[in-house]
This record gives sequence, structure tokens and C-alpha cells, in this order.
Amino acid sequence: MDFELMINSFPKLLNATLITLKLLSASLFFGLFIGLLFAILRMNKNPLINKFAYCYSYVFRGTPLLVQIFIIYFGLGQIEFLRSTVLWVILKEPYWCAIIAFSLNTGAYTSEILRSAFQTIKPGFIEAGKSLGIPNKIIFYKIQIPIAIKQSLPAYGNEIILMLKGTSLASTVTLMDLTGVAKYIISTTFKPIEVFIVAGGIYLFMTFIIHNAIKFLEKKYSY
Amino acid sequence: MELLAFGETGWGDELLIATLMTIAVSITAMFIGFIFAIIFTPLKLSKNKFFKLIGNSYTTVIRGVPELLVIYLFFFGGSGAVMYVASIFGYNEYIEINAFITGSFAIGIISGAYSTEVFRGAIQSIDKGQFEASQVLGLKRFHYFFRVILPQMLRLAIPNLSNVWQITLKDTSLISVTGLVEIMRQSYIAAGSTRDPLFFYSCAAVLYLLLTYFSMKLINTLEVKYSRGY
Repeated sequence: MDFELMINSFPKLLNATLITLKLLSASLFFGLFIGLLFAILRMNKNPLINKFAYCYSYVFRGTPLLVQIFIIYFGLGQIEFLRSTVLWVILKEPYWCAIIAFSLNTGAYTSEILRSAFQTIKPGFIEAGKSLGIPNKIIFYKIQIPIAIKQSLPAYGNEIILMLKGTSLASTVTLMDLTGVAKYIISTTFKPIEVFIVAGGIYLFMTFIIHNAIKFLEKKYSY
Repeated sequence: MELLAFGETGWGDELLIATLMTIAVSITAMFIGFIFAIIFTPLKLSKNKFFKLIGNSYTTVIRGVPELLVIYLFFFGGSGAVMYVASIFGYNEYIEINAFITGSFAIGIISGAYSTEVFRGAIQSIDKGQFEASQVLGLKRFHYFFRVILPQMLRLAIPNLSNVWQITLKDTSLISVTGLVEIMRQSYIAAGSTRDPLFFYSCAAVLYLLLTYFSMKLINTLEVKYSRGY
């Protein structure tokens, strides 16, 4: 055990954690909107829209996240047309490519979580709202969404943890996030176990906090 | 389309072999995972606090740390660890471990943590009366486990195990960083030499989709088989 290396690498790894957290929060933020949009599309009665939303979530959940990042980072740059548009400013940055890939990926999972949450709402709640003469829009915002949030909290907590682990893939597109820096230190010092303990410890600490925060929210919103 | 031709000019045959490699790694990893699950599930369910701690720390650590980090640990640390063990037995030559073994072992440990949770959940959800009834009937431990608990457990575990299979299958894409030529690595090589990454990574995505689609079909028939009578 090389304790000196562990202590020396800790600040470097902690610095890299900042990028991991940035990636995580940005992709969760965008992912939530994408997820909500596709959950609503999934419940649409038009079979075409419905099928489209289903295919989206099927494709993103059926392929590895690594493939999705590579397609966006290496693949999209190949399209000449994209290079001439404003989008290229975003797409040439690995940071934004990673966020796009993560958001689309977590969006697909979130849409499934939200859809099942919407579907478990008892029809009685909506009927009660309707019989009180509440407009459909308000029923959706004031009844369906709050119940769905509460229902989907445990599953969404898991999704946040999965996404935290998913951000490690950003290191494959040259980003120096926690895993990227850990890999760099391992490959320069050849001391994998020490670095793994420190980096793994930081990840575990973050999962621990997320897990407890979700538990706290669950308790708060339970009735 | 000619990029996908078989033989010297295209990448069709290479991608096919890479797909078989992905399947082989996934099955090996899943199998190694089962072995870990068989060891750690009893530990997790044990009443002994120390055993319980070991079982719980395995699943917590592995499920809380990114897969890629675990793979790097095995990739960089694997041969060192094996050489250390070998040196105890007096063998001091350099040992290089095959990428297939390191990869399937790393993915196997990850998949094992998920399988352990699935088995634990399945055993815990079996009615307590079943255990008591088989004791009352004087069944031998062996019979009671294989004839009473296991069939009921499998029925509950198969839908969740199919999720574990999906996760394992998708995690194998990460072993490409160690240089094992599976779908992802092959697409990377092909994309590099043809300068057509969009096409080859899309091919990889389609191959993974086909794998998940057909394995789900297969698992669904198993599910039907084990839930007969319910």
C-alpha cells in the first residue's frame, strides 16, 4: 500500500470530481425535460407519435451508452452539413457531446420511469378532478404531476446513481473527469489498487449522499 | 454497403466475429456472475453480522462504483495480482493475462453484484410457510432447496435476471478499452481505417439492438415456461 500516493492523488481526484458533478447535473437537468416530453408522447393516443416515443426509448435503452457517445462525438462530425451550421460550435466540444449523449440516454430511462408513474395513478383521482370541473390542464399540473413525482422517486434515485456511474464514460472522449484522472494516475504510477480505493471512495460517497437525499425526499412526500 | 462486404474488402466478417466475441464475453461474464452470486447471496442473508457485512459491502461497492473504474482496476492490476500470487508459489516470470479473461472477470464481478441482489430479493419474497412446511415434512436440505425453493425462486428471479443480462451485455462494450476485439473495438478499428465513424458506430448500435432484441425474445419464452401453473 502506497499511502503517500493515495494522499497526493486525493486533491487531483477531488478536482476532477467537479467535472463529474457538472456533467451529472447538466445531463439530469436536460434529461428530465426530455424524459417528461417523451413520457407525454408515449401516452398520446395517436399510434404514430406513440410508436416514435417507444422507438426512442427502445433504441437508447437497448444500446450501450459508449456507442451513443461515440456516434455523437466521432460520428456527427462527419456530416459536412452539420459542420457549417451553428450546431458545430457545440458539437466540436467533447464536453457538450458528452452532455448531449448523457441527456438523451437518461431521458429515455426517465421517460419510462415517468410513464409507469403516470400509469399507476388511480383513474379515480383524475375522475374526481373532472367531476369537480377542474380543467384538464390543471388536473395534469396539479394532480397528475405531483403524484407521478412521488411515485417515481425511488426509481429516479436509481437512475441518478446509474447516471453518476455513466458519466465515467466521458473519459473515453478525452474529458478528464474523476475516472479519466484516475486512469491517468494509474497508467503513470502503475498502482491501480491505491487509486481505485480513493476514486472508488469518492464515487461511493456521492452514491451514499444521493441515496440518502432520495430517501429523505421519499419520506417528505409520503402520505 | 460495400463496406460491410465479407472478405478482404469489407468489414462484414470482422463485425460478425466481433459480435460472436461480445456474445461469448457476455455469457462468460454472466456465468462468473452467477458463481459470485451463489457465494454472496447466502452471506448477505446470513444472520452472522460479519458475513452479512462482507456480502453487503460487495454489492454496495460494486454497484456504487463506475464499471469503467472496475475494468481499469482489473486491466492494470490483474496481471500484477496474478504475478503476486504466483510469486508466493515460487514462480517469478512475467505473466500476461489474456484480455478475454480480464474482461469477462471484471464484467462478471459487476454482473455478480446485480445477480446477488436479484437472488436475495427472490429468496426473501418466498413465503416463509414454504420453508416451514418442508421442514415439517422432513425433507432433506438438498431436496428442499432444489425441489421447493429453487423452482419458485427462478420464477421470481427470471424477469430481473433478464435485466441483469441486458446490463451485462451493454457493459461488455466497455471492455473495448482493454483492447479485446468485440463489437465496439472492431467498429473503432473500422472507423479509424475507413474514416467513416458514423456508419460503423451506427452498425455497432444496430448489432447491440439485435442482440438485446433476440435475447429478450429468448428470455420471454423461459419466463413463460417457469410461470406455468400461475
